[in-house]
Amino acid sequence: MADIAASGGARPVRLSKRLFPYLLSLPALLVCIGILIPFFTAAFYSLQRFRLSQPWNRGMNWGENYLSLFTDPSFWNTLKVSLVYAGVTVVVELLLGLAIALLLQKRTTLNNFISIMLLMPLMTAPALAALMFKLMTNPNFGILSFFAQSLGFQDMRWGSDTSTALFTVVLVDVWVYTPFMMILLLAGLRSLPQQPFEAAALDGVPRIQQFWRITLPMLMPYILTASLFRLLDSIQQFDIIYAMTQGGPGDTLMVFQVEAYLNFFQSTNVGRSAALLIILWAVTFFLSNIFIKNWLRLRERARGEI
Amino acid sequence: MHHQSLFERILRGLALAIIVLFFMFPIFWILLMSLQTNETILRSPPSMVFEPTLSNYSAIIAGRLDSNVASMGIEFMRNLMNSIILSVGSVSLALLLGVPAAYAFARHKFRGSEDIAFTLLSFRFAPPLLVLLPLTLYFQQIGLADTYFGLIWVYQLICLPLILWIVRGYFEDISPDVEYAYRIAGHSWFATFRKISLPLAGPGIAAAALLAFIFAWNNFIFALVLASADKQPVTVGALAFVTASGIQYGQIAAAVVLSITPTLVLALYAQRYLVEGLSLGAVKG
Repeated sequence: MADIAASGGARPVRLSKRLFPYLLSLPALLVCIGILIPFFTAAFYSLQRFRLSQPWNRGMNWGENYLSLFTDPSFWNTLKVSLVYAGVTVVVELLLGLAIALLLQKRTTLNNFISIMLLMPLMTAPALAALMFKLMTNPNFGILSFFAQSLGFQDMRWGSDTSTALFTVVLVDVWVYTPFMMILLLAGLRSLPQQPFEAAALDGVPRIQQFWRITLPMLMPYILTASLFRLLDSIQQFDIIYAMTQGGPGDTLMVFQVEAYLNFFQSTNVGRSAALLIILWAVTFFLSNIFIKNWLRLRERARGEI
Repeated sequence: MHHQSLFERILRGLALAIIVLFFMFPIFWILLMSLQTNETILRSPPSMVFEPTLSNYSAIIAGRLDSNVASMGIEFMRNLMNSIILSVGSVSLALLLGVPAAYAFARHKFRGSEDIAFTLLSFRFAPPLLVLLPLTLYFQQIGLADTYFGLIWVYQLICLPLILWIVRGYFEDISPDVEYAYRIAGHSWFATFRKISLPLAGPGIAAAALLAFIFAWNNFIFALVLASADKQPVTVGALAFVTASGIQYGQIAAAVVLSITPTLVLALYAQRYLVEGLSLGAVKG
């Protein structure tokens, strides 16, 4: 007891000992609250007729924002584009990431060097990556435009063309985020136990079958975790699309967050943009709960296997 | 995987070469472009042989663009400084707030700790605009609009959850016995924290800090919504640069190179930590 008293002013030892953890994490709690306040504000706004350009006209209109969204074809377009974008990017990145991870599976110097190099696109700001691709697809001097021309696609307008705009932004997304999938899957691959493979090799099981019957099932938790992770981010993608075309041409690439942003800053329609975001949040909340449970389980497994 | 035919080895090599080419090419190309004058850039067909020039970089660093038409000020160095201020500031604050909190979460399973941790993690996946748009209105009311202070606080949304989750994992992995031994020897809690817990969790804290810095640096939407022209970091600034400078493609490319170099260098230097950080400790690689 003497040392505790000597360490200075711990008279109400029991009380402060119990409060201590809360004190330590108080700042984090404050940030939590700091996030919740705007969140509830946004939810509140979504139930209002609120335009910044018409402050006199502000008032509650309860579910009307949501109703007008559900009956508005542009909302369904937003939903469709967001889902298509998210779906395509996740599937392509998963397949490509898995393929690369399989190629780099062995721990050789070359493979390690390549994995490090492949980190670089992931560390580029997505908005800047979009800018880079915008330059590369410039019709006058862009190297990709040049390649397209050499392949016979005369006058391909990449981001400015409704038929190729989605392809262009998906390309940027794949470039930036495939390394993420690769990293997770590679780590997963390398953490798989070797015995099943050795046993299968001894039994003469062909390698293709080894992949389908052993590797893939054991890798499934990692695949699911990584895919959900990316899906959650992809459905809310803003940086790449805004930097590339601001949602255009027209509304070809009008995904949720871009639409909400434009509704707020261009149309100054706070109520509508809040409603859009709450809908998006509901989707991501649902998905992220699934993800977090999955991911926590994965973490426990990884921990347990040390 | 045990024996590969020559054919298979060639196929593998080819596949890897194409993959590396695909992922490295844009960076390489922008780098090249930043060393070219406008005339070289606009030459068609594009050529790999040219006289490299540093004039684009010098124009950006000097802050002026003198062409035969007019003289134009370039604000890009300011954007770079803003990025540094915002990223370093937010990560420092996040470390200050997050490391002790991570310790609390790891050591003391107090009531509500799991819920708070869970909520913070789910924030990571919530749409940023949901929080940012009301904040623009709030910030104008409380006078935090367009201040570094306000921005650094908002950036905590990015940095704090990351630091909390990664560092907590590292603290959990440290056996409490060492800490008990040190405390029983008569040292205060703070000394124990400083001399034992922090050094042991050092790699984790470094990993988290690095990752948080990279995410803060690469952030676009927070700054787009909440920062005005003189506080914009490079991500927003580069885009504004494009509209402002019109046809100075060489300088746009140089600006992009300057913007991505810090994070790329950091990533190469600290790649060992990145795998664990990115997977939030889900995978021990």
